[in-house]
Amino acid sequence: MTQKAGKPIYLDYQATTPMDPRVLDAMVPYFTEKFGNPHSRNHVFGWEAEDAVEKARTEIAALIGADPREIIFTSGATESNNLAIKGVSRFYKDRKNHIITCTTEHKCVLESCRNVDQEGCEVTYLCVAKNGLIDPNQLRETITEKTALVSIMGVNNEIGVIQPIAKIGAICREEGVFFHSDCAQAVGKIPLDVNEMNIDLMSISGHKIYGPKGVGALYVRRKPRVRLTPLFSGGGQERGMRSGTLPALLCVGLGEACTIAGREMAQESERLHYLRDRLYKGITEQLPEVYLNGDLDQRIPGNLNFSFAYVEGESLMMGIKNLCVSSGSACTSASLEPSYVLRALGVSEDLAHTSLRLGIGRFTTEDEMDKAVTEIVTQVKKLRELSPLWEMAQEGIDIGSVEWAAH
Amino acid sequence: MSYSDKLIDHYDNPRNVGSMDKNDARVGTGLVGAPACGDVMKLQIKVTPEGIIEDAKFKTFGCGSAIASSSLITEWIKGKTLDEASNIKNKKIAEHLALPPVKIHCSVLAEDAIKAAVEDYQTKRNEGPDAADSKEAEKARLSVG
Repeated sequence: MTQKAGKPIYLDYQATTPMDPRVLDAMVPYFTEKFGNPHSRNHVFGWEAEDAVEKARTEIAALIGADPREIIFTSGATESNNLAIKGVSRFYKDRKNHIITCTTEHKCVLESCRNVDQEGCEVTYLCVAKNGLIDPNQLRETITEKTALVSIMGVNNEIGVIQPIAKIGAICREEGVFFHSDCAQAVGKIPLDVNEMNIDLMSISGHKIYGPKGVGALYVRRKPRVRLTPLFSGGGQERGMRSGTLPALLCVGLGEACTIAGREMAQESERLHYLRDRLYKGITEQLPEVYLNGDLDQRIPGNLNFSFAYVEGESLMMGIKNLCVSSGSACTSASLEPSYVLRALGVSEDLAHTSLRLGIGRFTTEDEMDKAVTEIVTQVKKLRELSPLWEMAQEGIDIGSVEWAAH
Repeated sequence: MSYSDKLIDHYDNPRNVGSMDKNDARVGTGLVGAPACGDVMKLQIKVTPEGIIEDAKFKTFGCGSAIASSSLITEWIKGKTLDEASNIKNKKIAEHLALPPVKIHCSVLAEDAIKAAVEDYQTKRNEGPDAADSKEAEKARLSVG
């Protein structure tokens, strides 16, 4: 039974999103006739580019309830996270030398923390509950007078869960600690307000919100002022925090993406909830022993992460030929380690190997959901017929009680 | 990652999927790997009194390369003697399927599965109801020697 290759269906919206054609339209003039350097102060080409960049800055600020002067353009959320964590840690290290984050953060946050750890800053990694969320009370107990920064993401990139950032922000403000949130997966997906949520630094990505790749932003609060040691040396652009000529066309794209997200978020969220529920029901009603990773309610509508027990994730991906998804297991890496995020939730190693992330978004259709359900259900059934573990489970053998020879 | 046509063919149309009665004296079962590592292979062989593998079945939990490797060996070992089957090297499996370097362990597991199945069959033979007779025969043969 060879499957005919059909039109690929993109279900990997947490990896990246296609650019909205309206974003591209806004950017086009800045590739060619409006090519000026926004930092050129002496002629119309510079002024034109500067106006465009400042308009974009205002649009980004509007989406998160910030002042435009608090938006710093970067190359993406990875840079924003590096700048927030290393920048704050290095600036305040003489007075405060402790950072709190959590185990399910994105690699760039964890690696930045590891980096400042090597520079003598102490790092505490909060654990998450089985549903993927941290306990704000535990956070409060972890804060000391030496704590400079708390860094907790808005939405997790693998399991889509929404951390209680308003509660975290309130605690941080009470304790006089800066709160940074990696909101690469949250901006434009859920309503965010830096003042209501007491967020002092927020990382934003362009390509996760239907904007261009290669651009992002860092929100840096002015009152009370957050100070950073910059990562780069240079001309002192972006209020001295991020040197380098601004890519005006990318800034324009990010601004337009934010405007569209702000305008359409409520409607889009409702549509995605409908599609997500259809996908969820279609799979769980037809297949036994499928487990959702992460909380279902405290979750963005564009993400599902399932463990299909007894079916290895990578082989499942190979079988669902028309679906472009991401596996929770990183079996291709030499380490054979499954996802650290799933392991942090307490998902057992064997189940973590059976995981798949399904991400939907602005251009996903109902027809695509139905096709995805059919393809996943068919393939999981086929692979279970092939699985010795499924056979053992049907015979009533507890897989956990078998002594396996590790290799 | 791109896979060879042979590998994809074995994944799409796996040969000899199934199970045999593991209590049958003619059947040897090899179960190798671990769920926590993401690969488990079960290989079963049915052996004639002359020591020829007349049938082979497999079930595999694992990536596409693991499924293809186990499917391939069921084809290769059929008709072979136990010694010939045990001498199949993982390198040949990896070459045939053009496994990428990160998937070489799948071919190693397939080689291990053959060895485990052969060993299981031989253990059964030595401990089975006929074992006493064959041991007597063995002794007689040795004393003659």
